[in-house]
Amino acid sequence: MSQRDVILTLQKVSKSFSGLTVLDHLSFEVRAGERVALIGPNGAGKTTVFNVISGAYLADEGAIVLDGQDIVSKPPRARARMGLARSFQNIRLMPHLSVVENVMIGQHSRARGLADLLTPLWLTRNRHWRQEAEERLRSFGLDTYPHVVTSNLPYGVRKKIEVVRALMSHPKVLLLDEPAAGLDPRETHDLQEFLLGVAAQGVTLLVIEHDMSLVRGLCEHTIVLNFGRKIFDGPTSAVHEDPQVLEAYLGPQDAEPARRLAVGGG
Amino acid sequence: MSGYFGGVIVILSLNVILAYAIFLPVASGQLNLGGAAFQAVGAYTAGFLSTSYDLAVGPSLALSVLAGGLVALFFSFIILRTRSVYLVLATFAFSEFVSGVIVNIDALGGSVGLSVSTHISGTVVLVAAVIAAAIVLLFMQTRLGLATRAIHDDDLVSELMGIGVRWTRVIAFTLGGLLAGLAGGLYAFYFNFVDIQSFDAASSIYLLLFVLLGGTQTFWGPLVGAAFFTIVPELLRSAISAAPALAHALGVTGELDSSWRFIILGALTVAMMIVRPEGAITRIGLSRLQAALFPSRLRKRPA
Repeated sequence: MSQRDVILTLQKVSKSFSGLTVLDHLSFEVRAGERVALIGPNGAGKTTVFNVISGAYLADEGAIVLDGQDIVSKPPRARARMGLARSFQNIRLMPHLSVVENVMIGQHSRARGLADLLTPLWLTRNRHWRQEAEERLRSFGLDTYPHVVTSNLPYGVRKKIEVVRALMSHPKVLLLDEPAAGLDPRETHDLQEFLLGVAAQGVTLLVIEHDMSLVRGLCEHTIVLNFGRKIFDGPTSAVHEDPQVLEAYLGPQDAEPARRLAVGGG
Repeated sequence: MSGYFGGVIVILSLNVILAYAIFLPVASGQLNLGGAAFQAVGAYTAGFLSTSYDLAVGPSLALSVLAGGLVALFFSFIILRTRSVYLVLATFAFSEFVSGVIVNIDALGGSVGLSVSTHISGTVVLVAAVIAAAIVLLFMQTRLGLATRAIHDDDLVSELMGIGVRWTRVIAFTLGGLLAGLAGGLYAFYFNFVDIQSFDAASSIYLLLFVLLGGTQTFWGPLVGAAFFTIVPELLRSAISAAPALAHALGVTGELDSSWRFIILGALTVAMMIVRPEGAITRIGLSRLQAALFPSRLRKRPA
């Protein structure tokens, strides 16, 4: 597969909740190996995009194509097995599972057959699962408390564990929902380096993020949503000069001074 | 195994098997208030086969396990989309349905019950309980066991991680049914008599309490819960008979009878619910214990 093949396509995807249209014939493409930001004002439908891609919600209409296959009506677990992984806006680690166990849940979509499911994990044939989880945690500096239940850990640590868990399925496409929310600038910078490393291994990233420094540092391409419609799709460097984007974020009357401010402020 | 002590061990063994029968569905997030009905299915299967067809103990027990499992498998599909309190009510209604059906089948003795002539020793029950517990312990250490616990915490995220949530729930519920069937079969052969009153709603409530008060998060919870509810009433029995003077001092007049131990047991149960709402044994409690006993396990390992 060449670097520029399209790996994920949304074609005219719509979703509404009891009459309220959240996604309105949304179409976009993500190319393999690309790092794409999905931004937009609150309520623009960003998380709903992730929910219809991952299968947490079924799209009302439209097609979602992952690596050449239409997945729009497939159950979430089938999409996970096809190479889709995600994190969540509000951390959703399993509170009663230890750090290592949470990360091992991320491996589940790679388990094959009854032998993988029904043999004790401490058997020699299964030890590689735990070893891999522990090595991954170690490589991200998260191995301090591998056996502690996650509800006892600080926010920033849990946020990172969630990203590690999502990576354990060896995804082709990784959806990250506000990975930097609640992190301090240093932690955000570390996260950026970490995610650039992930992308360098060939994982396609689609990232919802409000922290524009992370968006600029991580994503080469940006898609902007407003009221469930795409209003911008292009290089990240051009986002803050786009009049429609400025209007969506700041309202029409403030667009001109805000543009100068944005350009002036870098 | 015989005598008073042996009798307590047998009751404890049966209760441990039943506690695990309820634990498996509960561990996957399905509260089951119909445990006694699945036990009844096993007990009547064993009783009927051995009395009407002279089937030996071994095959009868195997078929009672199978019967409990099949009924649970069938029922788990019905309740697949039911959640929380509605699930509890559905399992309760199902157990009433099973009792109703059994009472109305003449071949099963109706409301009179069934006498079972073949007897097994308490040792058989104890060994069966150890095997059942070992199977549950092993199951919880498999990837499917891990998935079961993940579903209990967050079923949507589990599904998004690639876990077949429905199948895992069906398997957990069915495994529970197999164990309840086993407990029923053992009950029939040990007590040599099966009647539907032995498997009433109160028994189902106790079985669920074993698990909820023992702790739903680990293998050890149901064991502790079953032991507590089996051994404490016996301890109270001897404590009450040994201390009539104390009871008198507390203002209890008249004959001290066994009903007092259930009042104290009830008070202890409520106290447990207040002090340990997540059950006696929790994951966090176990990690704290582990940290205290083996501090080296939690320290950062050298790279």
